[in-house]
Order: sequence, then C-alpha cells, then structure tokens
Amino acid sequence: MTTTTLTTTPSSGSVEADLRHVRVVSRKPAIAYVVVVALLALLLALAPREGDTNFRFSAESDAIRIPDVSVPGMTVAWICVALTAVIALAAVALLRVHRSAPLWMSAVFALVGFVAFLSWAGAGSDRDFPVTRLVGGAVLLAVPLVFGALGGVIGERAGVVNIAIESQLLAGAFFAAVVGSLTKNPFAGLFAAILAGMLVALLLGVFAISYRVDQVIVGVVLNVLVIGLTSFLYSEVLVPQAQRLNETVRFTPLRIPVLAEIPVLGPALFNQSLVVYLMYIAVPVVWFALYRTRWGLRVRSVGEHPKAADTVGIKVERTRYRAVLIAGGVVGIGGAFYTVVSVSSFGKEMTAGAGYIALAAVIFGKWDPVRAAFAALLFGFASNLEGALSVVGAPVPSQFMLMLPYVVTLLAVAGLVGRSRAPAADGVAYVKE
Amino acid sequence: MKLELRDITKRFGPLVANDHISLTVEPGEIHCLLGENGAGKSTLMNVLYGLYTADEGEVLLDGEVQHFRGPGDAMAAGIGMVHQHFMLIPVFTVAENVMLGNEPTHGAGRLDIDAARAKVREIADRFGFHVDPDAVVEDLPVGVQQRIEIIKALSRDAKVLIFDEPTAVLTPQETDELMAIMRQLKASGAAIVFITHKLREVREVADRITVIRRGAVVGEATPDMSDAELAAMMVGRQVELTVRKDEPRHTDALLEVSDLEVTDARGAVLVDKVSFTVRGGEVLVVAGVQGNGQTELAEALLGLQANVSGSIRLDGTEIVGRSVRDILNLGVGFVPEDRNVDGLVGDFTVAENLMLDRLSGPPFVTGGMIRLGTRDDFAAKAVEEFDVRTQGIHEPVSRLSGGNQQKVVLARELSRDLRLLVACQPTRGVDVGSIEFIHKRIVETRDAGVPVVVVSTELDEAVGLGDRILVMYRGRVVGIVPSTTPRDVLGLMMAGVPAEEAAA
Repeated sequence: MTTTTLTTTPSSGSVEADLRHVRVVSRKPAIAYVVVVALLALLLALAPREGDTNFRFSAESDAIRIPDVSVPGMTVAWICVALTAVIALAAVALLRVHRSAPLWMSAVFALVGFVAFLSWAGAGSDRDFPVTRLVGGAVLLAVPLVFGALGGVIGERAGVVNIAIESQLLAGAFFAAVVGSLTKNPFAGLFAAILAGMLVALLLGVFAISYRVDQVIVGVVLNVLVIGLTSFLYSEVLVPQAQRLNETVRFTPLRIPVLAEIPVLGPALFNQSLVVYLMYIAVPVVWFALYRTRWGLRVRSVGEHPKAADTVGIKVERTRYRAVLIAGGVVGIGGAFYTVVSVSSFGKEMTAGAGYIALAAVIFGKWDPVRAAFAALLFGFASNLEGALSVVGAPVPSQFMLMLPYVVTLLAVAGLVGRSRAPAADGVAYVKE
Repeated sequence: MKLELRDITKRFGPLVANDHISLTVEPGEIHCLLGENGAGKSTLMNVLYGLYTADEGEVLLDGEVQHFRGPGDAMAAGIGMVHQHFMLIPVFTVAENVMLGNEPTHGAGRLDIDAARAKVREIADRFGFHVDPDAVVEDLPVGVQQRIEIIKALSRDAKVLIFDEPTAVLTPQETDELMAIMRQLKASGAAIVFITHKLREVREVADRITVIRRGAVVGEATPDMSDAELAAMMVGRQVELTVRKDEPRHTDALLEVSDLEVTDARGAVLVDKVSFTVRGGEVLVVAGVQGNGQTELAEALLGLQANVSGSIRLDGTEIVGRSVRDILNLGVGFVPEDRNVDGLVGDFTVAENLMLDRLSGPPFVTGGMIRLGTRDDFAAKAVEEFDVRTQGIHEPVSRLSGGNQQKVVLARELSRDLRLLVACQPTRGVDVGSIEFIHKRIVETRDAGVPVVVVSTELDEAVGLGDRILVMYRGRVVGIVPSTTPRDVLGLMMAGVPAEEAAA
C-alpha cells in the first residue's frame, strides 16, 4: 500500500472527558456510619457488661508467641464507639462541603466498630478470644465461597449468569462424598466433585445457551433440582450404607515450614489442607487467565458484546459453553471442601446457601476474581464470628449471630460496593440474526 | 481483489430482502450501493460478510466461488467490514479490540499485547491517524472509533472493504476525512463497497453506483447525475427534496429555556447552561453530532431527565420539576428519538398505540373502561389523515415499516391541542416518501402558531426545516444562527467552532 499522510483531525480526545463534571456525592456511607454508631451506643448503654476482655494471639505450640492482651472491656468499647462517632461526624462534615467519604474511612470505621463489639462481647468472660482462630476459621469457611465466586466470575464474564453455584457446590459435595468413600481416596473425591460441578454446568449451558431459557430461572430450577435429588439419594442410599458410601478420608493439613511460623497469620493460613492451598493458587490463576490470555480476552468479549465477537470470527456459543464448564469445575472444587476437607460425610443441604453468598461476592467484587475472593473472605469472616463469639459466651442469641453473614452480605451488596458495572451482555442469550 | 456477487437472494419468511442481486466491484474502485433504509443493502452485505447465508446465488472473489460459514471465513478470504453500529467492545482498549479473534501470543495462549500495540501503531501511521493503542474505546469519540474499525479490518489484510452507512455518526468534517481515507484505500488497490442513502456523498466519491429498491437492483447510475435524478431512482418516483415553507408568522406562544443544566448519575454535565427561546410559529432545530446533549435537552423538556436545574417556561409556566403527566397535560407533544424504545409498544395494535398517552379519562376512558368504539373511530380517522399504510387499525404496530410507525407516533402526538411540539430525529429510518409527509405536518404545526423544537443530526433536515438553528457541542450551545447559514459554517460549528470564527 502507498503511504500518504492525511491532515490531522479536530476530533481527538473524548466527549466524556470534554464535558464539564460536577461532583456526585453519595450520602450512603455517612448515613450508614451514623446508624451504626447509634446502634453500637444503644447496645452498650442497654446491655452493659463487667470485667476484662482477653485477646489471645497465638497458640501454645507456636514458635513465636505474642503475649495475650487483656483490656477493660466496657472502657475500650466506649472509646472505640467514640472513635467511630468522630469518623461519622467527619463524614457528615465532608458531605457539607460536597465530598464523599473515602473508602479507607469505611475500612477504619469497620475495624474500630468491630473492636468495640468484640470488647463488649468478651467482657467478663473467663475464656480468651482466640484471634488466630478467628482468622484461620474465616479462611476455612471462605474456601467454598471463594471457589464459588471464582466460578461465578468466569461464567458471568462470558455472559452467563450462574445462579446455580449453590447446586454445583452441593453436587460437588455429594459426589466427593460418595466417590471419596468408595475409593477411600480424597483425590478421587476431589476429582468427582469437579466432574459433578461440570455436569450441573452442562445442564445450565444447554438450557441457558442453546435453548436461551432465562438464565436466572434455569439457575434457580437447577438449585431446587439438585437439593431434591441429593436429599433423596442421601436418605435412600447414603444413610442405609453410611459406612461404605458416606465416610470419606479427609485431606490432612500440610504445614508449610517457614511461613507457618509467622505470628497470628501463619498458623491460620499455612497449616491447612491441599484444597486451601489450591484456593491460594486458583485466585491469581483465574485473574491471569481472564486478563492475560487469548482465552480470557475472548471470554470477556462474548460477555460484553457477543455480536462484535461474532463478527471477528469468535464462536460465541462455544466460548460460552467452555467458560461455563470450566466455571462449573472450579465451583466443584469448592463443593469437595465440604466432604473431603471440612467433615468426612455428606449431610442434607449441607451447603446452606453458600452458593448465594458466593454470588453476592461476585457482585461485591465487581466481577473481578481477586476482589471477589476478598469479598468471599469477608463473608467467611462474618460466618466465623458466630463460632468465636459463642466460645467466649457472648450475650447474643445464637440465632442473631447466624444471621450475621447474610446481613453483612446484604449491606455489602446494597451500599458499600460503590459503582459497579456488570459485563454488558451478562445474562443475555446471543441470538444470531 | 475483484468481488462479484451473482444472483444473491435472501428471504426472511415471506419477505424477500434481496431479490437476485448481482454486483461487481473491481480493485481500486469505490462502488456505491445506494438505496433507502430497508431497501436491502445491509442484508446484502451481511450475506457477503458471512453473517447471513444466502438462499440462492454465490459470492466470488477473483473468480473463485466462496462458501462462508461465518464472518471468520469472510475475513480470512480478505473481506473487511466497517459496521454501521461499530463492532467494538466498549470496555476494551484499542489494541485489544484490534487483536480480538486474531491474537498474537507468546505461545501457550498468553497474549502478546506489545505486538498488538505495534500493529495498531503501524497501520495508524500508514494513514496518518492518531490513535493511542491503550486508550479504552468507550472514551473515544465516534470518529476515532470508526478509524479503529478500519484499522481492525486492515490488520487482517482486507482487500475488499465494506463501509456500511459510515457517515451516519460523523460530523461533516469527519465525513470529509473519511472520504479522503476511502480514496487513499482505493489508491492502494482495495475494492471498496460504500453503502449509503446520502446523495451528496455518493456523488463525491463513487466511481460506480448501483441503486437498490425493495431488495432488487433498479439500475446503475453515474456520479454526474443530479440529486433529483438519483433520488427518483432510489424512491421510484419524483420526490420533493426541499421543504416548502413560508416566512414564519410569530404568535404570542413562547418557550423560554434558561440556564438549563442536565447531569447524569456520574456527574457529567450533559446539558451545560443552555438558554434559548422559541416563539410560536417558528421551528428551532437543535443540530449537532449525535451524543452532544441534544437528546438529554429534549428529554428535559418533557420531564424525562432526573437531574435538571435551571428553568423551562412554557407560556410563563415553569416546567422543571413537574411530572411527565403534568407536562403532557400542559400540551407538550413529544416525538422520541427511538420510536421502538420510547414511542411505541410493538406488540400493541395501531389503535392501542394511538391512545397510549390518553388512558386517564375522556374521551377514551370512562369509569376505568376503555371505550373501544371511540378508540377505533379515532384510530381509523388518524390512519386516514396521516396516510398510515397498514392492514388495519388492529395490526400490531411492529409489522409496519419505519416510516409508517413514525406516522403513528406523529398522529398520536399531533391529535392533541398542542402548546409545544418537540420532535427528536423525526425522519430517522424513514423512507424518502414519508419524510416529505412528516416534514409537511411539522411545518403545518408551526404555521398553526405552535412553538416547535426539532432535534436533528441531519444537516439537510436542519437547514430545510428550521427557521433558526441551535448548534450543540459537548453539551454547550455553540451558537444560534439563521437557517440560511452556509453548510460549511454549520459543519464547523458542529465541531465546536464558534459561529463568528466558522464564518471567517
């Protein structure tokens, strides 16, 4: 081709960038702060507690020991509430000058408010607060959530909403239990869980991609179906032959030498089973695959603008199928956690809505694998708090504590997530004209 | 590469979109496909590009019959397409968009983004574009996005390039630049198919012209034919290309807009301190390239925008802050930009659509019941008066052609006693015959003493219909000028150059 140069254009630069902008102020954080401060103050005023709160940071067996901290519970709680009140006032003051509260403010607020709550809850108890277990337990409880969220992210990035995470987890748990028990080999169980997750994903794909049934409906129906099926098989098949079919050999924890010696976090993060380490690897791998590989570029393109992908020769349906199947396999690993890591047998509906929380983590994490994993970790933490509080005998009805993860999920998704944008073609079947 | 289409026929159910169309495009030639909206031009190109499969006929490249099973095959054979609606992924960068489907890798599927960047730069430099490979596409102006489409096609070594209505979204200056690019591509030996319904552009760049009407070729034309001759071939009869109207006779009716500001949820000021007045008996055309705030301005007049400040007074009554219902009751008629989204309910019948905005109270509703007789009488009258070509008033409106759908919208809006008419893109996607009719009705409304605001991106329409023209750019008013202003001045104003400078 010949080369000639054309005159330059006045049309460079962006329309959006050239527009004047006014600052959009969100009142949500400030309002939330004030409400939380009021609730905390009310709690402390109406149900005061006596005595000290003990925080324990390491176990007897740890190489490096951090001394336990003992503080006067109510005093610390009130100080923390005062601090949160200061932050809330600052946020309100910022609103006055048309500024939104920055994100770090929310983080500090949450941390201080949390310490206030713990100090109050642990006051006067003769048991120590096991901080290590608070972290370690959270990681453990977050495992199925993280795998579920990763699967959710992959599916939705390809344009297929995966409400069926719950059923993929449950199917994974069930098959891991059966195969793991039959073979007495946890690896076989894990493998079976992956296949089970993919099987459910295949059903989702057939209905959502090929037959273009509404994806949300297919997902819900699959969840109901798998709950019914596994519950039936559990009581009719597994219970009568529990020894042969429902007693797995679990993965044993592997202690990673040096890393496990890190105070507080070490034992919590690096004395875990294989599946947990798999999770540490899976998060960056999924991130890399989505953003740095040809596969990821194509997956994201069919989730954003399938027709554009089609016009450059990408097979939209095939790409979506592949993504959904991979996502199912990833979720399946999370399912295996229930029956070859956590406990060694399957129980009816044992996933208890974890799939839906994973879905919330996908949204909270703005469809990004790393953020979604951290969101899942937060939800895991909320679940774990319930156990930790009952250890110290906190005066909160356990039913309320069981609500905690769901309340956190709701709040997180409703308000604190900020602006988030789903893939443009998420949940929309591609119809070739 | 020489492109030949032989007897291409494509049917959608009973509709024959392409009826034995044959076409030859030589290398180094710009071949124009001229036809109205819905004549079958885009269908033909989608067949060529492998998006549709032809029912009959064949595509030949350099004399060899091709069998495309998808756009991938067409691209591999050397056909590139610049789509009317850009096939770019808004959240991807330029480099990602260009490499998609044809990605350079380091092996093992790892993207080689540097190679993609280099490719973008190399092609951009060859044509003197300025494109940042790492810019996110949605942040770029449409003119630049179109260049990315061109780069995308060239990066796959396209020898046959199809431009599908490429100028619809461009300013007049950008259009000129596109023409220059097309000539440059032609000089380098590419075969170019240029699809359009704009006569001016055809005469400017075409080497050969094929005119299509109702799915069939009606003949070849030459670039030296006059607009009237080309239009007559395209429509099949003599058409009035200019709008007939007398000098405006002003009345006391008055729309006053002052310091109007519209912001979106993210704080971008889409309409920035806009002030103007429209008197009864005149048409003010709001002109500008698509996406410079005209749509939001018009929607604010009907109360459809959420974050509005400033003042809109209709005969002294403040409108800002009122509900849409209130504003409609004040006598505001509104023709929305996209009739299929905001103007009509496709599955509803013509009669139902004609009474869609009058569901509270007489004459159509009494005691919560629709008076079917009154409705049908009204509909029958409206259909006749507005010359709506339909099987009957109980036909779903989605089965009507674009022009007839627009007449239904217009009939509904003009059937009330109006104190203001706002019409957005009243003739978009409308056949030339209907355009004449719609323009006539808008002029009649003006002559009845109603202030009329027309939003249009078509320069011809702005000049023909308007008494005054308000040009918007980036949300701001560039200037309000008489419709006798020269076209090139208007064109510069649409790119943000103030009226005095543009005229200089």
